[in-house]
Amino acid sequence: MTPRDLLSEAGAGLMARPARVALTVLGTVIGVAALVATLGLSKTAGSQIVGRFSTVAATDVVITPVPGALGGSQAATVIPWDAEARLRRLNGVAAAGTLSEVDVRGALVRSVPINDPLGRTELQLPVRAASVGLWPAVHARLSSGRFPDAGHSARGNRTVVLGRNAARRLGIRSLDQQPAIFIGDRLYQVSGLLDSVERQPSLLGSLTIPNGTARREFDLAAPASVQIETDIGAVEVVARQAPRALSPDAPQLLRVAAPPDPETLRAGVESDLNALFLLLGAVSLLVGALGIANVTLVSVLERVGEIGLRRALGAARRHIAAQFLVESGVMGLLGGIVGTALGVLVVVAVSAARTWTPVLDSWVPLVAPLVGALIGLLSGTYPALRAAALEPVEALRAGT
Amino acid sequence: MTEPAADLETIPPELTPGRPVLELREVGRTFGSDPPVRALREVDLLVYPGDWVAIVGPSGSGKSTLLNILGCLDRPTAGTYLIDGIDVAQLSENERTAMRGRSIGFVFQAFHLLGHRTALENVMLAEMYAGGERAGRRERALAALERVGMAHRRDFLPTRLSGGEQQRVAIARALLGSPRLLLCDEPTGNLDSSSTESLMLLFDALARQGLTLVVVTHDEGVAAHAQRVVRLVDGEVVG
Repeated sequence: MTPRDLLSEAGAGLMARPARVALTVLGTVIGVAALVATLGLSKTAGSQIVGRFSTVAATDVVITPVPGALGGSQAATVIPWDAEARLRRLNGVAAAGTLSEVDVRGALVRSVPINDPLGRTELQLPVRAASVGLWPAVHARLSSGRFPDAGHSARGNRTVVLGRNAARRLGIRSLDQQPAIFIGDRLYQVSGLLDSVERQPSLLGSLTIPNGTARREFDLAAPASVQIETDIGAVEVVARQAPRALSPDAPQLLRVAAPPDPETLRAGVESDLNALFLLLGAVSLLVGALGIANVTLVSVLERVGEIGLRRALGAARRHIAAQFLVESGVMGLLGGIVGTALGVLVVVAVSAARTWTPVLDSWVPLVAPLVGALIGLLSGTYPALRAAALEPVEALRAGT
Repeated sequence: MTEPAADLETIPPELTPGRPVLELREVGRTFGSDPPVRALREVDLLVYPGDWVAIVGPSGSGKSTLLNILGCLDRPTAGTYLIDGIDVAQLSENERTAMRGRSIGFVFQAFHLLGHRTALENVMLAEMYAGGERAGRRERALAALERVGMAHRRDFLPTRLSGGEQQRVAIARALLGSPRLLLCDEPTGNLDSSSTESLMLLFDALARQGLTLVVVTHDEGVAAHAQRVVRLVDGEVVG
């Protein structure tokens, strides 16, 4: 018996009962579809996360003191005032600056002149102190004006940068008339209007004054945090070195917030998704396998007469076993192919709905149908052996 | 019923070479049930090329057992059985299977045609396991159908054929591959009398063409067409 004969016999055996075959392979279809969709969707979602993981996020390091590690006052002085200069000496640091909340002791902020007796003109707005290097480190852009420079800080000039939202609340739209504001009872010149930042978005709702000014006017004891922008790929090195550069005697008092490794992040997402749905797919495959085994067994019992006839025509036991194995294997393969197509469709449809880019490992659609075929072969083994074990005499007598 | 010796003389001389196609010597078959059933006892039978032998007997006489042994579907528990001089008992199961495919064409009472295949495809099935080349199989199957007068029904499914027609297709299938022996188990058991009669004419024609026919039947009318009748009673050949 040639392989071609074997295939055509198995094919004819299946074609005789197309509806039954379709129902039988349903379990395999669902199982393979679930597997393919799971693999595809987790890959797609993982790539999506990495896609959003922009260079801004991937080069972001923020350092803060560990709260209360040595008691209030000591923790506050862990970050030195020259943090910016110390960090710039590190390889891989593109920009760095300090950022601190300033305790204004309840002072309210108002713009001058006061010309609206009905409107609320005195506001409680957060005030922050920044070093010069902070602005490039957060990719700050001004709509007008300029950033304070080192001189402003050194002289303790009363100058302030208004965040976009803070400026709107204070009714300041431009610097054309050289506006000034009061923080408490002290007048500050508005030097710049902040349009956007890519880090520390709370700057948009705050007033930011130079470090030196904050020290002189509000007795700021030490910077509260350091914002670093690293070169691409240097984030891990910088995150390791920065605490020692800032506080060589007690680096453990500094907490470093660095982005997780994107590969690790993606793997995490994939494994989370995979574990659940792969289990689901495996269960469907098991059900599919049982379905094929069951139906093939029924089919063997129904076709006892045919088996007897084939034995009488000179078919050896292995021919009979091979035919039923190929039939169940082909059923599994069909289920696998249809399931793979469905799974790919699901991945594409979900991606389309979420405007994601569908990503699928190229081996998945190639291997998935083979998984179906394997399921078919495995579940067909027992029925095939049963068929092969039939004695031709009895098979001929039993079958009609 | 005629004497076997007399029948031998009616066979054309060119078809009676010295060696028989089938040779049974004291063949017995005991089924190992409790108590053991001796379905066949010491059966001697010689079938020469071109013989047209009917095996008759009441039910339970061992006809089917004998047929199964003749068709290598079953093995005797005693005695020797030779096909073309080869002792079947010495063959492995696979060799006996191959022997079935090569040397013996089966015709069954229940036809055993595959319901979803056309007449032609059913006939072609016979070469599947006997090692016939794929090339020309269709033509050979058509020739076999032609031989039983069913070529015009080649694309019909068995369900659309009458019983007699189905049996002819089954005979065509058995003829494919030019077996040494056509072994028929109650071939007319499911047929009406006119189909039976026309099938007998076919058997007569096949026998004239030199085919060796062994037919198990309980129909005396069928047996009347045979050149030789072997009568079984309680597992023994009588007369």
